[in-house]
Amino acid sequence: MAEKDKVLIDKIDKEYEYGFTTDIETETIGKGLNEDVIRLISAKKEEPEWMLERRLKAFRHWQKMSVPTWAHLDIPEIDFQDIIYYAAPKQRKKLGSMDEVDPELKRTFDKLGIPLEEQMALAGVAVDAVMDSVSVKTTFRETLAEKGIIFCSISEAIREYPDLVQKYLGSVVPYTDNFYAALNAAVFSDGSFCYIPKGVRCPMELSTYFRINAEGTGQFERTLLVADEGAYVSYLEGCTAPQRDENQLHAAVVEIVVERDAEVKYSTVQNWYPGDKEGKGGIYNFVTKRGLCRQNGRLSWTQVETGSAITWKYPSCVLLGDNSVGEFYSVAMTNNFQQADTGTKMIHIGRNTRSRIVSKGISAGKSQNAYRGLVRVAKGADNARNYSQCDSLLIGDKCGAHTFPEIDSHNPTAVLEHEATTSKISEDQLFYCNQRGISTEDAVGLIVNGYAREVLAKLPMEFAVEAQKLLAISLEGSVG
Amino acid sequence: MLSIKNLHASIGEKPILKGINLEVKAGEVHAIMGPNGSGKSTLASVLAGNEKFTVTDGSVEFLGQNLMELSIEDRARLGLFLGFQYPVEIPGVTMANFMKMAVNEQRKFRGEEPLTAGQFLKLMKQKSAVVELDSKLTSRAVNEGFSGGEKKKNEIFQMAMLEPKLAILDETDSGLDIDALRIVATGVTKLHTPENATVVITHYQRLLDYIVPDFVHVLYKGQIIYSGDKSLALKLEKEGYDWLINDYKE
Repeated sequence: MAEKDKVLIDKIDKEYEYGFTTDIETETIGKGLNEDVIRLISAKKEEPEWMLERRLKAFRHWQKMSVPTWAHLDIPEIDFQDIIYYAAPKQRKKLGSMDEVDPELKRTFDKLGIPLEEQMALAGVAVDAVMDSVSVKTTFRETLAEKGIIFCSISEAIREYPDLVQKYLGSVVPYTDNFYAALNAAVFSDGSFCYIPKGVRCPMELSTYFRINAEGTGQFERTLLVADEGAYVSYLEGCTAPQRDENQLHAAVVEIVVERDAEVKYSTVQNWYPGDKEGKGGIYNFVTKRGLCRQNGRLSWTQVETGSAITWKYPSCVLLGDNSVGEFYSVAMTNNFQQADTGTKMIHIGRNTRSRIVSKGISAGKSQNAYRGLVRVAKGADNARNYSQCDSLLIGDKCGAHTFPEIDSHNPTAVLEHEATTSKISEDQLFYCNQRGISTEDAVGLIVNGYAREVLAKLPMEFAVEAQKLLAISLEGSVG
Repeated sequence: MLSIKNLHASIGEKPILKGINLEVKAGEVHAIMGPNGSGKSTLASVLAGNEKFTVTDGSVEFLGQNLMELSIEDRARLGLFLGFQYPVEIPGVTMANFMKMAVNEQRKFRGEEPLTAGQFLKLMKQKSAVVELDSKLTSRAVNEGFSGGEKKKNEIFQMAMLEPKLAILDETDSGLDIDALRIVATGVTKLHTPENATVVITHYQRLLDYIVPDFVHVLYKGQIIYSGDKSLALKLEKEGYDWLINDYKE
C-alpha cells in the first residue's frame, strides 16, 4: 500500500495546466470601492446615465448588506477595499478586425485552446472572450446577425441595445437578491449579452470564455441571455485563471430569460485556479445564476465544476409559466483543500411544471463538497413534479461530502422524489481494473467518469471530451 | 510457465498459505479443490497481486520473471488473468470502454499499436460469441445489473479478449445453472491451446466434465496435501475430503 500511496501522491502534484500569466500591459484603476470608483468604471465603459444610476443604486444597497455565512464553507474574511475593481488589457484602439487584436492576447487564447480567428475556430462555436474586465473579441458576429441574433459584450449591448438591456437586466437577479449579486450589479465590468429573436433556432453553439489575468483584481462579469418566444440556444461557458499565491475574487451574475416556448441549454466547465496542494491561493467563486421560464419554456443547466478554492454557486430555475421545465445536471469535484457548496433551486410557480436535478459530487484529498438544493412548490403550481438525485463519491478518508436538500411544498398535488447515495471508490474496484492491466490512475479516471457519465452526456460534444479529460487530470492519484 | 515454491502468505497477522508448491507448464490444465477456508481463493488473489495479503516467504516465477516483484497491472499485461469469484460492478463505465482500455494497455506493454475503434468492435463481437454473451451487454456498464450467470460469462469473455498465458479461474462455476455452466466451461475449453495454461479452482467435479484437468490438487489448511489425475476429482465427489484430511492429520 505504501508504494501505491507514493505513486498517487506523485500524481496529485500534477500542475494546474492553465496557470500561466500573460505579459500584457494592463490598465487598472486603484484598489478599493466607493461611488467615485463606480463612476469611473461607468465612464470608462462610456455608459449612458441610466446605467450609472443603476450601479449606484446597487452599490448603496450593497453597503447595507453583510456577507452571507450560511454556506458550509470556511471563507476567510475578504477585504473588499483591497481589491482592484477594474482591469483591462491595454489595446491600441477599438477593434475593427482581428488583425488589430494584440498578438500577445491572441496567443493567450490560443494557448487556452480558444481560437479567436474565425476561420480557425471550432466548427460551429461562436466565442466571446473576456479577459479580466473586458470582452476582447466576439467571433462569428456577422453570421449570427443574419439571423437577427445579437451576441456581443454586455458593455456594447448597454450602448447599442439599451431597450433590451433595460428591459431584461436585473429582471431575473435583482441587485437586492444577495450580497454578491448587489456587488456585481454595482461594479460589473463586462460579460456577454445574447439575444435570440422570436422563433429563431441559433445555428451554432455560443460560448463565452472567461480569463482572469491581472493580479489583485476581482472579476465581476455579467451575462444576460434572452431567448425570445420559441427561440433555442445552447450556450457554453469556460473559465481559467493564472496560478497565484493570493486569492482572487470572482463574483459573476448570469441571468437567463426563457420566453414562451423557448429553450436554453447553458453549460459551464469551470476550471478556475483551485489553489495549490497546501490550499494556498485559488479563486473565490461566488456566483449567482438564475433563469426564468415562461409558458412551455425549458431551461437546462449543466455544470462541471473542478476549479476554484471556494465555490458558492446555485444555478436555479424559476418555473413561472405553465408547463415549463427546469433541469440541473452537475458534477462538482474538489481535491486538496478546495471547498464547494453548490446545487440548485427549482421554484415551481406555474401549473404542470417539471424539474429534474442530478448532482454528482466527488471529493478527494482534504476537500469539502456540499450539495445544497431547494425545491419549492408554490400554492398555484398544480401537478408540479420534481425528481432529485444527489450522489456523492468519496476518494480517500480525509475529505467530506454533505447534502442539504430542502423541500418546501405548498401544493398537495405536487410529486417530489429525492434519491441520494454516497459511495467510495473501493479497493475491490481498483484491484479489478488493475488485474485487467489498467493502472490505478487510469482506473480512478475511468471510475469517476463512469460515475459522472449521466451529467457529462448532457454537455455538447466538444465540451464533453474536455470535461472528461479535466476530471481525470484533476483527480489523478487522489486515491490512497 | 508458473513455478510456485514454498509460498507463504497471510492476511494481517493470520497466516493462510503455509508453503504451497506447484508447477504449471504450458498446455496444462490444473484443478485446485479443497474444503471451504483452505486458502484456494487466497492463492488466486496472491498470484494476481492483491494487496490485502502479505507474502511472507517463498517465491513465484512466471514466464521467467519474479512475479512478486511485478505490479498487479504488469502481471496482468504479461498474461496472468484472474477470473473473479465475485466480479465487481463499475457503474457508468461501459464494458466496451473498459475492455478497450485493458486491451490497449496490454498492447502498449508488448510494444504494439493500439487497436482502432473498428478493429476493437470487431474483436468484441467475435469474442462475445465464445460465451454466447449477448452483445448488448457490452454496451452496458461493467457488471452493473448483470445476473450471476452473466457476470461469470463476462469474466470468460474478458479472458477471450485478453488471451492470457495463464488463466486462474476462481470458482467460475459457482452460482451457475446447468446451461450457463455448460456455456462457461465450453468457452474456457475453446480458449485452451498448447501455449497457454489454466488453473481452475472449484468445489465441484461437474465443471471438470467439460474442462478436463491434467492434474487435480487438494488444498487444505494452506498446503497442497495431495495431487492426482482427473480421477481424483471423481473420488472426491463420491467420498468427500475426510479420508485425505484424516491422513493429513497423522
